[in-house]
Amino acid sequence: MTGGRLTPPVGANDHMAGSADAPVTLVEYGDYECPYCGMAYPIVKAAQRKLTSQLRFVFRNFPLAESHPHARRAAQAAEAAAAQGKFWLMHDMLFEHQDALEDADLVRYADAIRLDVARFARELEAGLYAKRVRDDFRSGARSGANGTPTFFVNGDRWDGAWADEELFIDALRDAARSAGGGVPSTADA
Amino acid sequence: MNRILAPGTLAPDFTLNATPDQTLRLGELRGRPVILAFYPADWSPVCGDQMALYNEMLEDFREYGAELLGISVDGAWCHAAFARDRRLHFTLLSDFEPKGAVSRLYGAYREEDGTSERALFVTDADGVIRWSYCSPVGVNPGADGILNALDSIAHPSERVRHSVRAEARP
Repeated sequence: MTGGRLTPPVGANDHMAGSADAPVTLVEYGDYECPYCGMAYPIVKAAQRKLTSQLRFVFRNFPLAESHPHARRAAQAAEAAAAQGKFWLMHDMLFEHQDALEDADLVRYADAIRLDVARFARELEAGLYAKRVRDDFRSGARSGANGTPTFFVNGDRWDGAWADEELFIDALRDAARSAGGGVPSTADA
Repeated sequence: MNRILAPGTLAPDFTLNATPDQTLRLGELRGRPVILAFYPADWSPVCGDQMALYNEMLEDFREYGAELLGISVDGAWCHAAFARDRRLHFTLLSDFEPKGAVSRLYGAYREEDGTSERALFVTDADGVIRWSYCSPVGVNPGADGILNALDSIAHPSERVRHSVRAEARP
């Protein structure tokens, strides 16, 4: 059956933003060249801003490389940045420049976020993170990710809408409440 | 939604056009698992996503020795254009004339729309359906069900064999 259950669960290898004991974990399987993921990017940012400590956000790679020829390389670039402790800076950079994802652009972004650019370029060229990206993709397929972006809320595939920021954030708040995170809502609730 | 063929059933054989001048007979693929992915139409957004997803997974399917076949009522020329546009690297079959005949055989034809259901079948090396699933037409069923079915064919556990036998009873 199509279960839609996150496999494997969020673990130490994941890129996480937010508190580990947040009542809601939002996982995105995303593609840096996918326009819908680009649309989701500011919505996720808004959710992080509004839910603060209630939300932990995890990003896993799901490049649809035949549809998006730069997606796999971009995903590897984010992993190369992660190796230097700057995953989220690169993640943001990529989503904010979805229309410029050539290798030269990736190197430019590496420089902009002050990575060791020589190492970054070398590792990217060597395909050092190809397996990591592929493993993420496989876990997505196994979990029932069916396109990009696919979200999982506390381990279950989110089949509801996400494009309406308010509704999505409300749904995440509900998830926080039902997970026992009954903390008063945040400042700009 | 239709009642599609259930696990335990021998997959009905058929011959369909794979390109405007080539046909494929299902029986030729005996000896390895086959994934039959019926879908409503080329070009419609959900099918596009579903086929794009499977397109990325060919390597994984190949690890199981499995063959993936997409099937819709679109003509062979339409499939050719769709496959080229989306850079699909697997076979699309045209259930075009008589329209939907193979989809009907599998219980996967939507009379009201004149299209195939969004239905998945995984057959084993003997051509027996080991898993089938009919998704709501607007919902991309993903690939987890296919992978689980291929796993159970590759590593049959007692539990799986029993459940297949049970479901095979008339």
